Amino acid sequence: MSATALAEEANSVPTSVDLRAEYEASGVGEVLAELDRDLIGLAPVKKRIRETAALLLVERARRSMGLAHETPTLHMSFTGNPGTGKTTVALRMADLLHRLGYIRKGHLVSVTRDDLVGQYIGHTAPKTKEVLKRAMGGVLFIDEAYYLYRPENERDYGQEAIEILLQVMENQRDDLVVILAGYAARMERFFESNPGFRSRIAHHIDFPDYDDPELLQIGVKMLEKQNYRLDEEAEAAMRDYISRRRQQPHFANARSIRNALDRARLRQANRLFETASGPLDADELSTIRAEDIRASRVFDAAAAGS
Amino acid sequence: MRITQGAFSFLPDLTDDQIRAQVQYCIDNGWAVSLEFTDDPHPRNTYWDMWGHPMFDNPDAAALMFELAECRKVYGDRYIRVVAFDATHGWESVKLSFIVNRPPDEPGFQLERHERGGRMMGYTTRSYASDRPAGQRYS
Repeated sequence: MSATALAEEANSVPTSVDLRAEYEASGVGEVLAELDRDLIGLAPVKKRIRETAALLLVERARRSMGLAHETPTLHMSFTGNPGTGKTTVALRMADLLHRLGYIRKGHLVSVTRDDLVGQYIGHTAPKTKEVLKRAMGGVLFIDEAYYLYRPENERDYGQEAIEILLQVMENQRDDLVVILAGYAARMERFFESNPGFRSRIAHHIDFPDYDDPELLQIGVKMLEKQNYRLDEEAEAAMRDYISRRRQQPHFANARSIRNALDRARLRQANRLFETASGPLDADELSTIRAEDIRASRVFDAAAAGS
Repeated sequence: MRITQGAFSFLPDLTDDQIRAQVQYCIDNGWAVSLEFTDDPHPRNTYWDMWGHPMFDNPDAAALMFELAECRKVYGDRYIRVVAFDATHGWESVKLSFIVNRPPDEPGFQLERHERGGRMMGYTTRSYASDRPAGQRYS
């Protein structure tokens, strides 16, 4: 009897693992390919995600062979300027972790300080716990995490939220993954004043700014999704717009581009409405012309400045 | 005497993993799970105290298990049950409820007979635990 039990034991622990097969079976390749296809630029980020995926895949294989028992620390920090795709990548990361079996559901709960910190004594803990419960089985994405900590006000309730977060990040690593996001410099200061966070976060990923051709590509892609297109002159105008917009304050990378395109669509609709005399064809309805973009305030400011 | 109320109560006590699996089943069906506790075990006592709010938007059972651990810390000596509420139009009622925690010692019930006119008998059950005031019954 003991011999059969031993044999069973030996059967349940695989002696070799085909990483390639595991990779195929888990569907990680699909997520990574999607990441490559859908996200423009961000080469260092993609590289880090690839590395992380490989690490997790190996870790999983090690676990199946009984070499590792602890759940690895998966909490991450995403640093970068606004509009560099942190939330989008977090979504993909949730999907990736789900496929690798590190989280059970793979949903993303995106919160900011307001969702975690209460307004009066005793309000913060239930609020934070509510959010944490909602995120269990998935990923909790805390945008602009440094606002949680306000050193200038020692009675700030953010500290309470931080303590609860740290406790859950440590004790319930199986249940949820926390991703902190924000500007690089301020995150650095945040980690300095909260060393507990730094030691609990294993993966720091830095998001670089997009360069101009990348932003144009992103813009074209956004429009494609909505069945719009830029004609040739408009594309030149857009290129011009991007380089000018970058010089101005509050430039938010892809987000600025999206807003600019939204306004261009508005102007296009207005132009069609005011100038069209006869029936319009689909092509006309979905083409954005240079004049729709050139009407932007960005060009005024540049003209006035020079 | 072991109280049998709700589902699974004739089975041995569920382990935490089994509770988690049942709760996940409820959540996957779209029911809102919540916890309730009481120290009055009478079968007609349907209104138990709520522990927190029903969880309408938690996709994973870990949230309930977290609250269950918290609830056990405070009311580990009482009855705690999981309630799964189906908010679907036309149902709007509890679909599943089962006990997940019970006092270490359950004294059971006394059957009281009331003699009434014309040799009629009335019957009442009364929990021995409820001799003591609420809050001190199982400690």
